[in-house]
Amino acid sequence: MLKINNLHASIDEKSILKGLNLQVNAGEVHAIMGPNGAGKSTFANIVAGKEDYEVSNGIIELNGEDISELAPEERAHNGVFLSFQYPVEIPGVSVTNFIKTAINETRKAKGLEDMPAKDMLKKIREKSELLEIDRKFLSRSLNEGFSGGEKKRNEIFQMAMLEPKLAILDETDSGLDIDALRIVANGVNKLKSKDNAVIVITHYQRLLDYIVPDFVHVLHDGKIVKTGDASLALELEAKGYDWIKKELV
Amino acid sequence: MSKYTEEDLEQELKTKEYEYGFYTDIESETFAKGLNEDVVRAISKKKNEPEWMTEWRLEAYRVWEKMTEPDWANVKYPKPDFQEIAYYSAPKKKPKLNSLDEVDPDLLETFKKLGISIDEQKKLANVAVDIVMDSVSVATTFKKTLGEKGIIFMPISEAIQEYPELVKKYLGTVVPTSDNFYAALNSAVFSDGSFCYIPKGVKCPMELSTYFRINEGGTGQFERTLVVADKGSYVSYLEGCTAPQRDENQLHAAVVELIAMDDAEIKYSTVQNWFPGDENGKGGVFNFVTKRGLCETNAKISWTQVETGSAVTWKYPSCILKGNNSVGEFYSIAVTNHFQQADTGTKMIHLGKNTKSTIISKGISAGQSQNSYRGLVQINSRAENARNFSQCDSLLMGNVCGAHTFPYIETKNKSAQIEHEATTSKIGEDQLFYCNQRGIDTEKAIALIVNGFSKEVLNKLPMEFAVEAQKLLEISLEGSVG
Repeated sequence: MLKINNLHASIDEKSILKGLNLQVNAGEVHAIMGPNGAGKSTFANIVAGKEDYEVSNGIIELNGEDISELAPEERAHNGVFLSFQYPVEIPGVSVTNFIKTAINETRKAKGLEDMPAKDMLKKIREKSELLEIDRKFLSRSLNEGFSGGEKKRNEIFQMAMLEPKLAILDETDSGLDIDALRIVANGVNKLKSKDNAVIVITHYQRLLDYIVPDFVHVLHDGKIVKTGDASLALELEAKGYDWIKKELV
Repeated sequence: MSKYTEEDLEQELKTKEYEYGFYTDIESETFAKGLNEDVVRAISKKKNEPEWMTEWRLEAYRVWEKMTEPDWANVKYPKPDFQEIAYYSAPKKKPKLNSLDEVDPDLLETFKKLGISIDEQKKLANVAVDIVMDSVSVATTFKKTLGEKGIIFMPISEAIQEYPELVKKYLGTVVPTSDNFYAALNSAVFSDGSFCYIPKGVKCPMELSTYFRINEGGTGQFERTLVVADKGSYVSYLEGCTAPQRDENQLHAAVVELIAMDDAEIKYSTVQNWFPGDENGKGGVFNFVTKRGLCETNAKISWTQVETGSAVTWKYPSCILKGNNSVGEFYSIAVTNHFQQADTGTKMIHLGKNTKSTIISKGISAGQSQNSYRGLVQINSRAENARNFSQCDSLLMGNVCGAHTFPYIETKNKSAQIEHEATTSKIGEDQLFYCNQRGIDTEKAIALIVNGFSKEVLNKLPMEFAVEAQKLLEISLEGSVG
């Protein structure tokens, strides 16, 4: 699904990723953990195609195709989804209108007609029930005045609607209380299939109690320095990141 | 990575031509250039006007002659030479086309984007309509329905002939001939326009649109509109057209007067899409408009405008809240691009007790344009418990355009409650990336954000007009991206 080889990236001449390697196959869940400033969000933004970064070296392949020259919307059309750590507000644009536009633009890119209104409504109903989203919520302006939990739930709702091949969840657990965390995690689990893959970026073990990863990677100083199974996350929780740092010396 | 930044967008907006306008050969009978009393008399004679009308025009001319052009607006343009303008042009004849195939494909593309029906497209592009449900028969049915209700809706030149008493009674009562330079000029030389009268207690059953007026010659550059809603009546009036309009007249100075008697309500909606000039700011229409409405007791007037065209716009649809409990509303979207300049807003004059006014203004500036909101809220000493709420939001695209807000508040009554809110925002890179990440390209993302920004005003437009206006905003800001 996703293959990243020797990825180097910087912003404003400050080097952030320094030779990152990662392979994610369909049907897998990967967790990327690491201390603040390790480059976790940079990694997510670069895969999604954010243009503020200078990618100096390395390749990003999605299903065997090099996507590093593609615009962010083209990557989205190819099935890349990023659940933002800080989703932006768009005043006056309802959640429904936004997701409808997103779906139809993606369909247009694939040469398809707009989704019929009936199908759209049916899908919205299904997915909002899955994520226990109140219907009234859908007519509110996108992220405007949303609580932290509502913002994150809305991100996962959009993921459910867009059905991406590769979903990257950037600190989706931050700002969530335990109930919201459970709902969001259940949503992600229900959306998981043998044909798609999920990368969960997080500081804490807590989310991984609900979304159980096949692989856990530790990102430190722009590189993946350790990879293990779900038990690695527990070990990190117990020992902290200093342990990894010491091991590296 | 294919990079599409705000700078690229700005570049595109700069290079965007007014590709949707169209020229036609004009056959017209035109007076020699220049203005004096003889020209005013000749205009009046040409229109076969009664003596009182000729005198009214002459009086306006004499006032105008002593006035100077106002220069307080935040706009810069070469002052027109008023002796270099021809003040009478006979109704224009556009060439008749036989089918839509003969129409400029770009224009048809715009019509399609605006969602204008085939019949309407034919009418707008001046194609002969020969199918059963043609626009003439629609208009005939329309006239019949109005006639049964006693509603008068006709060109003002005809109304002067057919209903001289009504016109004489109300013309110039809201915007006096001496009101301002352009209003005086308009009063002296106005070519044509619309007259509308709704009798007591009648709710006009359909949106009145100048578009439906049959046999309408070009109303020319000095348009005059008078709408009178008698006691307890209601009318929704639409002016303008989302379809692009190119005009050979650079200067437009219209006057619109609304009169809402006791318990009456007038909704007046405008979409203005005159030629804005090219990417270097050359050409384009100067639009200097005086629009004002008078509210008697319990009456209500709502102005809704979507302004996307013209090189220079100078326009302040206002309400005089004379009667107790009367209500004035102003909802506006003004888009400026390239070198366009808009200085627009409203005046709410509170005279009566418990009068209420609401002002919602949305300015969107791109390119090197300048967009100003200018509004006056005046509470007079006898206006007990007057209330006003004003909200002025500006959205900027790029770093070289300007948004300005000039709110004036004058209050002479302590019981007044006035609220003013203003915001300025820029379309953020983060917002664009968020949309891009969901598969929405930058151009579409901007349209989405702009429509969201303008929603409160778009919602005030009649349904079918709102859909067209929304698309018009998209077209006004879209680059030549394929």
